[in-house]
Amino acid sequence: MRIVVCIKHVPDAQAERGFTEPDATTDRVGVDGLLSELDEYAVEEALKLREAGDDVEVVVLTMGPEGAADAVRKSLQMGADSGVHVCDDAIAGSDAPATSLVLAAAVEKIGDVDLVLTGMASTDGVMSVVPAMLAERLGRPQVTFASELTLDGATVTIRRDGDASTQTVQAALPALASVTDQINEPRYPSFKGIMSAKKKPVETWGLADLGVDPSDVGLSAAWTTVVAVTPRPPRSAGEVVTDEGDGGTRLAAFLAEHKFV
Amino acid sequence: MAQVLVLVEHVDGAVRKSTLELLTLARRLGEPAAVLVGDDAGAAVDALAEHGASTVYTVPSGEVTEHLVAPTAEVLAQLVASAAPAAVLLPSSPDGKEVAARLAVRTSSGLVTDAVDVELEDGAVTTTQSVFAGSYSVRARVTRGTPIVTVKPNSVAVEAAPVTATTEAVTVSLSPAATSARITATTARERSGRPDLAEAAVVVTGGRGTNGDFTPVETFADSLGAAVGASRAAVDAGWYPHANQVGQTGKTVSPQLYVAAGVSGAIQHRAGMQTSKTIVAVNKDGEAPIFDLVDFGVVGDLFAVLPQAAEEIGRRRG
Repeated sequence: MRIVVCIKHVPDAQAERGFTEPDATTDRVGVDGLLSELDEYAVEEALKLREAGDDVEVVVLTMGPEGAADAVRKSLQMGADSGVHVCDDAIAGSDAPATSLVLAAAVEKIGDVDLVLTGMASTDGVMSVVPAMLAERLGRPQVTFASELTLDGATVTIRRDGDASTQTVQAALPALASVTDQINEPRYPSFKGIMSAKKKPVETWGLADLGVDPSDVGLSAAWTTVVAVTPRPPRSAGEVVTDEGDGGTRLAAFLAEHKFV
Repeated sequence: MAQVLVLVEHVDGAVRKSTLELLTLARRLGEPAAVLVGDDAGAAVDALAEHGASTVYTVPSGEVTEHLVAPTAEVLAQLVASAAPAAVLLPSSPDGKEVAARLAVRTSSGLVTDAVDVELEDGAVTTTQSVFAGSYSVRARVTRGTPIVTVKPNSVAVEAAPVTATTEAVTVSLSPAATSARITATTARERSGRPDLAEAAVVVTGGRGTNGDFTPVETFADSLGAAVGASRAAVDAGWYPHANQVGQTGKTVSPQLYVAAGVSGAIQHRAGMQTSKTIVAVNKDGEAPIFDLVDFGVVGDLFAVLPQAAEEIGRRRG
């Protein structure tokens, strides 16, 4: 059984993130990058499925500039078996539809993929749409936002927690699943994992390897355009008081003054 | 005037406030046309017409609601083809975003998610989003196909605009791919009796500082008629349900008033509440980053401050 985990290298959310001029794309150079925290849950879930199953292979797949290889390396250190990095200058500035187009082509090229796993969102774009787009393009059932996932033979079953209800969703393999941060506790790479990752195979593919037309991806092919980017004005410093036995009363007074009471 | 399709969210025919917000925004772009998946449309149609939906497309639930996301996207794609709308507006819920995602690919249309505003500018549908944990505001336009936009709750004040609605039953024919992920069970969540977190005008959130005791947070919330949220630390510790989590991997809220009690204010938390209108914090640690955001803050013990505030609010309300 082959599992492909889609991962993304993102600017560190703890850093001061921003945009590049003049095209208003996410700055992926001026800010340190790392494996998107939410993708660690997908890698972990794949590793758990491998440990529980027979003859399960875990391949991680990313697209992005050279630096994205770091995210592949981290996943291999956690325990994935091999990596694929789609790297091509023409990809820069791709929107979600183009991202799903490239990832779908890469999944097809990897071949014989029983389960595609992803995180619930990237921590930079935070759209949560690539998994559904990828499922649509691959013509696979999507079982997404899984807080629990079980494989039973050729059936995948998940728990999806919604606003008003919790759903059980079931599909036959081959399928695509996205997982939330509720599903597991991602492992840290062990020393052994870090050492053995150096010997694991990583393939780098360009668009030509995937048969994707460069004019269908990248900034110029994006289906949306940014008109303006404005830094949010810093919030003006508010009043902070120290509780001297009357903190609650002062809080209530503030709320009353602002018509919340 | 071209139609603007609005995907209706309802609970057993009770239309959610977020849908009325979408209808309010849709009127800026064209003629609102609601898409209602459900079998007992009656009361819902009245509420939709009250808010400007001159057409209500009714879709029988059956196969559509028995399968995850994909059938709804196919129904909307069918309507995009037949009605040639000026835009499609959906709620920024997990389901809404995933339906939008599939619809975008299916109709080769540009998609904007988590908009906090939508307007017509120079004849183009123009969206505003708050990105990078609220540190930037981005205005964008769709340049291909039919603009598909998911909108966050509380992005606009609901305005009524009564019209007479024409209902039109939609005949659905789904592809095998759309019915490949079956919903085999649905368990309704227990209702807390408090307002819905994503839609509430006031939200009170408890964090690590509660040490697992949410009583003062809930009592204070109830004194204001507020929804209760929890930080990721509190949810991970098992103190409060994940459905109440505010932050990057939980709900994004944008209420009139946000009160953070015992919440330090990590970037992941700020991503979920930074666009709130008025922010108040109570925290023992005066150095907590949450105080950088507040309009009013109390450095103190939430177990002393919140009960006193709740009592004072009760007294003021008589």
